[in-house]
Amino acid sequence: MDEGWRLTAKEDALRLRARMIQAIRGFFLERDFLEIETPCRIPAPAPESHIDAVAEGEWFLHTSPELCMKRLLAAGYPKIFQICRCYRAGERGDLHLPEFTLLEWYRTGTDYRALMDDCESLIFSVAGELGFDGEVSWKGRVIRLQPPWERLAVREAFARHAPITVSEALSGDRFEEIMVCDIEPHLGMERPVFLYEYPAALGALARRKAGDSAFAERFELYIAGVELANAFSELTDAQEQRQRFEEAGRSRRLQGGSVYPMPESFLAALPQMPPSAGIALGVDRLAMILAGKVRIDDVVAFTPESL
Amino acid sequence: MYTASDLRKGLRIKIDNDPYIVTEFNFVKPGKGQALYRCKLKNMINSNQFERTFRSVDAFEAADLQEKKMQYLYREEGKYCFMDNQSYEQVFLTEDQLGEAKNFLLDNIEVEIFLFEDRPLGISLPNFIEVTVTKADPWARGDSVSGNTKPVTVQTGYQLQVPPFVEEGDRIRIDTRSGEYLTRVKG
Repeated sequence: MDEGWRLTAKEDALRLRARMIQAIRGFFLERDFLEIETPCRIPAPAPESHIDAVAEGEWFLHTSPELCMKRLLAAGYPKIFQICRCYRAGERGDLHLPEFTLLEWYRTGTDYRALMDDCESLIFSVAGELGFDGEVSWKGRVIRLQPPWERLAVREAFARHAPITVSEALSGDRFEEIMVCDIEPHLGMERPVFLYEYPAALGALARRKAGDSAFAERFELYIAGVELANAFSELTDAQEQRQRFEEAGRSRRLQGGSVYPMPESFLAALPQMPPSAGIALGVDRLAMILAGKVRIDDVVAFTPESL
Repeated sequence: MYTASDLRKGLRIKIDNDPYIVTEFNFVKPGKGQALYRCKLKNMINSNQFERTFRSVDAFEAADLQEKKMQYLYREEGKYCFMDNQSYEQVFLTEDQLGEAKNFLLDNIEVEIFLFEDRPLGISLPNFIEVTVTKADPWARGDSVSGNTKPVTVQTGYQLQVPPFVEEGDRIRIDTRSGEYLTRVKG
């Protein structure tokens, strides 16, 4: 029987992926981050407008380990990371799997700018360990990984690439469409780019920018048009966090989505959380970029359809 | 009714009373935002193509098409002829109307013809077909790194990537929806 040939055809990509994950782990361990494992099955996922959790009995499979990781920060752990499987219902495309691998890391006593520096060193050094000489090529583009990378405010990205402004896009409910059609295709085509300062409404767990509360201290990392990571200066105000969760719940109800229980144990721990910054990076997508693959299917052994 | 999450390549939907077929499809979801379904659509009557991005809340009606079982007969001057074996009625479709289905038209294959107000617009193939490989480079065992595939040509002229062990004269099964190799067929 030859059904196994598809798996055999993935061998190079799977080997690269395995080495990449090892290099990522090494990077954080060398820098005194503690590797953490938190439960996949949780009673209350973070309520977000557009992320759907998979129900598992009365509980849910986590959509990211974020809430548990932050409880550890609140308990006094200063530098932690986790590499784990996450689950999001209905997400399937060239860059999406409903079950995928996230890398999250958190630092206390700092803000999201420190995470930009982390991203630069992490990806540059991991690529170096895998034998890349400071650049990767993807879909015929050569992308230079040598830091520093570009930092581009969302506002500026709209001015440069979009036919309308950020506030017009938000009021017309066209933010995602403009991002996908007009902006993302230009992001990180020569070197990686940090797209930063998102409108406050689009950072459910992010702190508002000091001095300009219309924006959230949030960034997304893009390489070759692919969104790789999402980072925040973490919101530590439990009252505000509860309100934002309630808003997300209302928005979910309006869209006809299921409404999750309030993550009370997280909210109870939040007042003890020091100023912190945290980030989630798509491990499968980083493997795609490094392996030169254009579909997420090519860097995992099994997709849901192949089971 | 279909919702946006039903969208996929080959789905036929009704927009402004015209039948459209989805020719390209991708799911995207930028930065924790709402999901978008990017489609290329082709008007099945006049072949006009356009791109459109849908959201999860969008809903569609199925295209009002009739289906008729017919048999593929022959190709002549870019037209493909099909016949209803009951009534002996014949219809012709252009290469453009067939789209990728033209790659899988085996002699005498039975297909579903789609008609809109009695006009033939397109066909639907069986999901799986078996074909003979007519051209393949021999597999050089030594120099084949794992992970390699090789191109072959099958009896309809269609080219695709297969595992290295597939040889000229082999019968293989193809998924006509994706155009991809599935397995080698014994004997």
